[in-house]
Amino acid sequence: MAKKGDWVRIHATVLKADERTAKLPADTQKCDLEMWTKGFLQEDAEIGDEVTVETAVGRLEKGVLIEVNPYWSHSYGKFVPELVQIDKQLREIMFGGDR
Amino acid sequence: MALAKDYNSVMGRSNEIMKEALGLDYAEFESGSVAFDYDALMKATGYTLEEINKIQSKTGVGNTPLLELRNLSALSRKYAKPGYGARIFAKDESCNASGSFKARRAACAVAHAKKLGYKGVIAATSGNYGAAVASQAAMQGLKCIVVQECFDSHGVGQPEIVEKARACEAYGAEVIQLTVGPELFYTFLSVLEDTGYFNASLYSPFGIAGIETLGYEIAMQCRELLGKDPDMVVCTNAGGGMMTGTARGLIKAGATNTQLVAASIDLTGLHMASDAQFNKKSCTTGHTGFGVPYATDPDHSDVPRSAARPLRYMDRYVTVTQGEVMFMTEALANLEGLERGPAGNTALAAAFSLAQDLPEDAVIVISETEYTGAGKHVQPQLSFARENGIDIRFGDPATEDKPGVNVILPKDPSYIKYKEADIDHFRASLIKKAIKAHCPDVSKLTQADLEFLAAEVKRDVPFVKEVIAAL
Ligand SMILES: Cc1ncc(COP(=O)(O)O)c(C=O)c1O
Repeated sequence: MAKKGDWVRIHATVLKADERTAKLPADTQKCDLEMWTKGFLQEDAEIGDEVTVETAVGRLEKGVLIEVNPYWSHSYGKFVPELVQIDKQLREIMFGGDR
Repeated sequence: MALAKDYNSVMGRSNEIMKEALGLDYAEFESGSVAFDYDALMKATGYTLEEINKIQSKTGVGNTPLLELRNLSALSRKYAKPGYGARIFAKDESCNASGSFKARRAACAVAHAKKLGYKGVIAATSGNYGAAVASQAAMQGLKCIVVQECFDSHGVGQPEIVEKARACEAYGAEVIQLTVGPELFYTFLSVLEDTGYFNASLYSPFGIAGIETLGYEIAMQCRELLGKDPDMVVCTNAGGGMMTGTARGLIKAGATNTQLVAASIDLTGLHMASDAQFNKKSCTTGHTGFGVPYATDPDHSDVPRSAARPLRYMDRYVTVTQGEVMFMTEALANLEGLERGPAGNTALAAAFSLAQDLPEDAVIVISETEYTGAGKHVQPQLSFARENGIDIRFGDPATEDKPGVNVILPKDPSYIKYKEADIDHFRASLIKKAIKAHCPDVSKLTQADLEFLAAEVKRDVPFVKEVIAAL
């Protein structure tokens, strides 16, 4: 359960797939246009409830509550072995005698 | 009575919303035909280069170092014929507040919004510009909303774009994230209308004027350091603002003999509005998916007339591949001790190869670097690619590169080779699109239209007439 005043992330559908009239590739045409934003929850609620939040600029926005205390999890990625090969090759070419 | 907020109603009010949100009536610049008064649009900012410089120096922007990349120049020389291999310099734009040249655009746009009394600014961008506007808004005391195209229909975000969202939030902005599709413009307009904020468009004259200081600084720094103007400036090209502003600044400094080269990553074959292909690319800007449509049809942006018109300024347009840019980014860190973001290194990959066509004492400047961070870095971008089934391997990018299928890392630096794009083809394409949009009956084209089109593509009237004759 999320409490009024919690920082949360909400999700909403802006346009249903069949409402999308822009010139779109066939695969995108099949998808809804979806939206996410974050803000302070305006009333106690459960995940999945339709809620209102006050965003960082003070805007009120409605959507489905999907996350409480949302955080970023992007990273420096997994090891890419090719990168150390590039490093090694460059050092050899530049500093390891004739190429 | 509350205004109807459905798609058609909001899009139908687009002109009024834009006028309110830009504090500028674009109708003043129109001739009613193909031509519009581009110079008047640029003058409408009302700011001189010195005034812009003053705004930027108060906001942590500009006067970035010009660094000679000595080891990369030496490496490039190993693959050039004797006596060839120009000196490569980089304008270290990552030193700007928010970490990219986009701060130059944002500083002016936000200062202008503040002067006009707007309470906040909004920008539609998935790129560095979001962080730039958010940072400037924080500094200048305005509210900020950034609208991003970020996720595919499975909710998977491009790591580079996710990082930019994080940065915007760190500067106190609200970030509205959307799935793939051009209807982002609807959400953007709707929020503009509700908030009454300023449209800090990437393509407004305020934004583009903000980049002029970059070109001006390049000329001045080269003169001070080397006693001459650069022989060539290479700009990473997407929406065309970088090329336009840098070129205008060079021209204002009197550096009119510098060859201007636009460079984009070749993403031919990937559709930018495709949900399935959205996460098959390993770079989110500086690529042909933006570069070519914006160059050939600048006015399909979020303002009635774009101030970014790169074909007016570029002498050449070259492409490189994703693998070459990733390789060069790694080389920049390892051989120059500069860890910078890949997108800004598109021009560097091109310059590494272009340098080999020029004599040793020639000077090439790449107009920027950008910051790097989680998500926005060679390793996460390649590791994300691999997770999405992209084949990453060493090879010959010139023959093996297939955007969306593989990323070919050059076997060794000799395999870094720019490709010359057919710029006259792009020029012809701009002319055709402009005529189709504004004056489909070619018999009604005026002399002013022909001269305008010639200026739009940096050619002469006979060239324009040739294109029209072939229609
Ligand atoms: C680091 C970097 N370089 C270059 C560009 C290209 O600039 P423009 O869109 O003005 O062509 C961008 C923006 O997309 C960028 O973020």
